Amino acid sequence: MTKIKHLIQNFSLQKFKKGGQKMSNVENLVKELVKIHGKNRNSLMPVLQGVVKEEKYLSEDAMMAIAKELDLSTADVYGTASFYTFLDTVPRGKNIIRVCKTITCHMKGKDELIKALEDALKIKVGETTHDKQFTLLTANCLGWCHKGPVMLINDEIYPETSPQAALEIIEKYQTSTKK
Amino acid sequence: MGKYLVNLKINNIPVSVEEGTTILDAAKNLNFKIPTLCYHSDLSIAGNCRVCVVEVKGQRVLSAACATPVSEGMDVFTNSEKVRASRKNVVELLLSEHNADCTKCYKNGNCELQEMTSEYSVGNHIYLDLVKDKDKILDISSPSIVKDDSKCIRCQRCVRTCEELQAVSALAVVNKGDHQKISTFLNKPMHEVVCTNCGQCVNRCPTGALVEKNYIDEVWNAIYDPDKFVVVQTAPAVRAALGEGLGVELGQRVTGKMVAALKKLGFNKVLDTDFTADLTIMEEGTELLTRLKKALVDKESVALPMFTSCSPGWIKFVEHIFPEYLANLSTCKSPQQMFGALAKTYYADKINIKPEKMVSVSVMPCTAKKYECDRPEMRSSGYKDVDYVITTRELARMIKQAGIEFNKLESERYDSILGESTGAAVIFGATGGVMEAALRTAYEIVTGREVPFTNLDIKPVRGMEGIKEAAIKIKDTVPAWSFLEGVELKIAIASGLANAKKLVEAIRDGKATYHFVEIMACPGGCIGGGGQPIPTSAEIRKKRIEAIYEEDTNMTLRKSHDNPEVQEVYKEFLGSPLGHKSHDLLHTHYKPRKRY
Ligand code: SF4
Ligand code: SF4
Ligand code: SF4
Ligand code: FES
Ligand code: FES
Repeated sequence: MTKIKHLIQNFSLQKFKKGGQKMSNVENLVKELVKIHGKNRNSLMPVLQGVVKEEKYLSEDAMMAIAKELDLSTADVYGTASFYTFLDTVPRGKNIIRVCKTITCHMKGKDELIKALEDALKIKVGETTHDKQFTLLTANCLGWCHKGPVMLINDEIYPETSPQAALEIIEKYQTSTKK
Repeated sequence: MGKYLVNLKINNIPVSVEEGTTILDAAKNLNFKIPTLCYHSDLSIAGNCRVCVVEVKGQRVLSAACATPVSEGMDVFTNSEKVRASRKNVVELLLSEHNADCTKCYKNGNCELQEMTSEYSVGNHIYLDLVKDKDKILDISSPSIVKDDSKCIRCQRCVRTCEELQAVSALAVVNKGDHQKISTFLNKPMHEVVCTNCGQCVNRCPTGALVEKNYIDEVWNAIYDPDKFVVVQTAPAVRAALGEGLGVELGQRVTGKMVAALKKLGFNKVLDTDFTADLTIMEEGTELLTRLKKALVDKESVALPMFTSCSPGWIKFVEHIFPEYLANLSTCKSPQQMFGALAKTYYADKINIKPEKMVSVSVMPCTAKKYECDRPEMRSSGYKDVDYVITTRELARMIKQAGIEFNKLESERYDSILGESTGAAVIFGATGGVMEAALRTAYEIVTGREVPFTNLDIKPVRGMEGIKEAAIKIKDTVPAWSFLEGVELKIAIASGLANAKKLVEAIRDGKATYHFVEIMACPGGCIGGGGQPIPTSAEIRKKRIEAIYEEDTNMTLRKSHDNPEVQEVYKEFLGSPLGHKSHDLLHTHYKPRKRY
């Protein structure tokens, strides 16, 4: 009997080879993040956020790597990511502009603000500029209603932004990020 | 045991139930039916549809009966004015986002949502119709399953089924608010994702949002085509459930009536997958013994434990999730595909029909079989071995379409050849059945004696548990198999892919060792297959299993190697198990697939 046991253990685990694939950057990033946050389901949110911080969005490869590292299904990872506005699953520009579209900011002129940005960047809401510098999006209430209209660029909040002010602000980003 | 009893009143009638019971179950005890949609007895509680609301005296808001445990002194009303108004409102809201084209819907007549709307006579449309046109685009990419988002009420039964019962999670809830829907990874088509085509979600979807892809018209066309010779095979589990959709009492075997109905439908020959189930045992039993011999005597490298390979949902699961175990799968094709390969070769020859004129149809309890017959590996006859697979449900529909009064049919017998079978083949339909059938034959090959169980009933491998284990000591072997003398054959059985996953992980982590493992993708085995009549529950599956074993007990032949037609096919055509011809027609290998 022990003989059989031994044979079973030896022969059942013929290693399945993955076949010389190079590990991509995003796979490494995910591995690092999982090391920091732990290999369990609760780490899903911080890992998703970590990837978005570095990559601006969650690519198919990134979500597959996360699923693999956390032993989840890819549909689960995508389902969670798609629930959150700030976890994008399509490519985004270097700087993400989000203009609040909720009622107070609406009343305080978010339409004019958006129009000015669209004209200056030559894109519509939801689009990214050709040079991949800016993506223009809208967001739900950002909690700054008393100082509307509000826009958020990456993590920076810009309250009481007039169309004119907005143009000056994005000018800053343009020069500071262009090499 | 040791549980507290809680006293409460439902509609003014006192009742005592165990602590932790939900209001829904407590009401069932008193025969009050509370309507439900997201609740399913096989799944965890979601509490998201709110049609089960009841009024609890003293509470301002209504409670979801499926998600609220009873408490002492509770005063529950299941049908008050407030309750009815609220339920009606919930149903109307669901309908405002539902493409309610019942007359054109595949689920018409067998739809939980439709039933609910008729009970609540919703018809005055107080809400705007908000169905999005883009949701009306069907996903028909899978050969097994059709997904129609415009029919989905987001009850998430499918999501819970795929995760809790099958450990696949091909489906998830994506987006939020009015964009929320049930979808796959990056909204890819169903045939591109990890879905195993098991159809368990189809069995539990209360609407027409997930249904089997039906091949009813294709089969009718073949039958009506005078140039075609249409043969049909029926899987073991179909006979234990077909009646449910045709007004026969649950748990009644309808083998003879089914054969009669198939003849009336116009099939040229009515044959039995059970025949190739017996053949599978000959091949798979021999394969197991050969693997053991290679490992023990020849010291060759072979993959053990050997896994059964008759369940195509399980096969695709291994390809995606455990590709390192592909070598452990028996190389035997499923009985359906063995049948297909023989039908267009040996059988066509015997009855003098050109294989290109033959249309081979199979009736299965399974949606994954539709996918299986499309696989490139399944063309060993030089043609598509099995042309169309229809489920138990589709056959019931065809019988109704033909105006056949099923209940009044006289029993008829399968045609010969390829129609003879044994009790060992019938039990393929239940979890543990393939194992039992294999043991009945393998033990006899090795020892020359019948398995040491009363009446050949190998009770330890039977039952509804998700994972079962057993060991059989081999004693007094015949000389050829003396190396197995004294060996304790260790076996395990799992049904439902979540259980299969647990079992394979235990094997992988060295926590368990077996020689032979039977896996069926669906809970309870094929009797609980994704193509069986809806609804399903543990109780229903138990009744079907009982019917299967009853059929076995009533057969004169109970062991696969005793099947005279099987003996004949070896003598005339195949030679011996694992022989050259068998290798070409009855065996195959599978390849790894992407998990992520
Ligand atoms: S899913 Fe049900 S309610 Fe909806 S259209 Fe189909 S039959 Fe009617
Ligand atoms: S597909 Fe069916 S089971 Fe799944 S959420 Fe929609 S209605 Fe419910
Ligand atoms: S068919 Fe099976 S694997 Fe595919 S989505 Fe449905 S439950 Fe999941
Ligand atoms: S409405 Fe714009 S921040 Fe609240
Ligand atoms: S059945 Fe209770 S909330 Fe859906």
